[in-house]
Amino acid sequence: MSELATTTVEVNGFPCRIWSKGRGPKLGFLAGLGGLPRWLPFLDRLAETRTVIAPSLPGYPGATGHNVLDSHLDWVLAVRQLIDKAGLGGCDLIGASVGGAFAADLAAIFPGRVRKLVLIAPFGLFDEQDPAADPWAQRKDNVASLMCADASRWTALVAPPEGANSIEWPIEMTRAFEAAARAFWPLGNIGLEKRLGLIEVPTLILWGERDALLPPSYAAKFARRINGAARAQTVPDAGHLAYLDQPDAVAKAALAHLA
Amino acid sequence: MKLMWFHLMPYTELPDDFNQKHPSVWVDIHSSLFDPRRAHHMYNDFMDELEFAAEMGFDAICVNEHHSNGYGLMPSPNLIASSLARRTTDTALCVMGNSLALYNPPTRVAEEFAMIDCISGGRLIAGFPVGSPMDTCFAYGQNPSMLRERYYEAHDLVKKAWTEKETFAFSGRFNQQRYINIWPRPIQNDPHPPIWIPGGGSIETWRWCAEMDYVYCYLSYYGYKAGLTTMQGFWNEMAKLGKDRNPYRAGFLQFVGVAENRQQALDLYTGPAEYFYGRCLHIDPRFATPPGYTTEATQRAGIESMVAKAANVANPATKAALKATNMKDIVDGGYVIIGSPDEVVEQVRHVGTSLNVGHLMLLLQFGNMSKDVTKHNTRLFAEKVMPRVKDLFGEWDDKWWPKPLARGQRAAVPAYQPALAPAE
Repeated sequence: MSELATTTVEVNGFPCRIWSKGRGPKLGFLAGLGGLPRWLPFLDRLAETRTVIAPSLPGYPGATGHNVLDSHLDWVLAVRQLIDKAGLGGCDLIGASVGGAFAADLAAIFPGRVRKLVLIAPFGLFDEQDPAADPWAQRKDNVASLMCADASRWTALVAPPEGANSIEWPIEMTRAFEAAARAFWPLGNIGLEKRLGLIEVPTLILWGERDALLPPSYAAKFARRINGAARAQTVPDAGHLAYLDQPDAVAKAALAHLA
Repeated sequence: MKLMWFHLMPYTELPDDFNQKHPSVWVDIHSSLFDPRRAHHMYNDFMDELEFAAEMGFDAICVNEHHSNGYGLMPSPNLIASSLARRTTDTALCVMGNSLALYNPPTRVAEEFAMIDCISGGRLIAGFPVGSPMDTCFAYGQNPSMLRERYYEAHDLVKKAWTEKETFAFSGRFNQQRYINIWPRPIQNDPHPPIWIPGGGSIETWRWCAEMDYVYCYLSYYGYKAGLTTMQGFWNEMAKLGKDRNPYRAGFLQFVGVAENRQQALDLYTGPAEYFYGRCLHIDPRFATPPGYTTEATQRAGIESMVAKAANVANPATKAALKATNMKDIVDGGYVIIGSPDEVVEQVRHVGTSLNVGHLMLLLQFGNMSKDVTKHNTRLFAEKVMPRVKDLFGEWDDKWWPKPLARGQRAAVPAYQPALAPAE
């Protein structure tokens, strides 16, 4: 397996980090809330048989430029450029949480950009009868348990690594939440419902059964509206960022769908 | 020095167990606590108090904007200000202010402020706050990542709407309008009504106020001791930018309770002060810092410097270090100045000179203070304190004060109609 490689591409004149690792056919990953402050065991599982390419969306760790994106169209076009510049056009794509909403839009709006799709608890819908929690109005000590079934997984994700800049690290973590807010404030509803019918590719929807942020009931709404063969599957003992809670199970399910 | 009488319009009947039973006074405060029949009396009392302050000779009466807030019953301060315009004559009307990013289109602010300026004969001070996170991002659903950009753009639009003589098109990032041509237009048109900016203490805001020649107002609830660092930071920045130390560049908010002597002041004002600092500032911290509300430059300064730590104090939801809710600490901390007229004179002069602020905004009603006590406080201040502090800063010119029509040019305020009042 190849070592982790870091490259940088520009989107709208701002740098976006691209991480890649592994061997085999290319597989893109758009991370969820918080982005990728560090490489993950989940991505290592995928990299055993696939070349995993993880571009950082504007404003998430390793990337800036979120604050020139004023509309959803701006965001979708930024993601399209990022996917193309990362060499992921026409490849399989996994998108989680906020990244899941963009992956779904990419497949809907630009047919041919995505081969097969995996969505892990994607943002994009809001049901007043079954409302999502508010990720941006939380006491600090509540965030971890909103993100993961095992709160320590989130805590480990965002903990400053050895030698991190003690001023810039927390600002970068906050920036990732700002970038998510910029695109999805206040409810996460980007009108995706109207576009799901345009998704023609086989899609697997995975949802942590203990997702405290987005209700697992949303999985069926995605599966029902997507036009391609779509199947929803819950992940036991997993919260919103199921790939942190259950890296092996999520990787296994995703790879089986993409095979 | 200008003495300005400020009302927050707090709901005065939050229950004793409010803090135990309710998570927040703001955003999701429960509707069952609001009794419109009681609010009818509160609003009328509060407006009586503002009118009384004008009668007692305060330089200005001030109102502000809050949403879904148990200590601020003015979602629209413009409604109150327009009523005050009809019931006062010479007093400046300080609307502190309209949170620009909440108005769509912001043209509405240009129009309503122009109305108030016309009705009042040119007495408006136009305050433009960004607005707190609770008001803007949560109660009004604004995106925290775009709030400031929208605010600055709305400011540009409003200012152009006031000053541009021809109908114009505005093509901004967030606001697009083909025809902007407000009717009415402000009386104060040289070039526009004075603009004052309430801010929390970020360097960017200080620089912007200096560049635009606006008054910067530090409206903290924590008084002159906590405010000292911020105001020193402000003046240091003005010096760096080559601006003079004209104290009228600045405004500052201070709670005051005057009585015949200190003990009487404690007797009168302990209840209202503890009500305010206890119940009214009981804000759920989850609403304190939506991501993007605080700029990265200010976050950096917040981690790096004491100035910005003090700045955070202006945001009542991040007051981690300052949580005094009992009268002794409230007074020792300088949140509320109390005492005999002599003692208050001395402290107010100290506030003015130590912070170098020419516009002192006074909260003489706070918490659940009754109308009687409020009027007592207001009268004592007006009669026994004001004359002995007004001389401060007499050597400076207040270029940022309203310029109303001459008295002879102004409409006569209609006499009160006794037929409408109940028999005494």
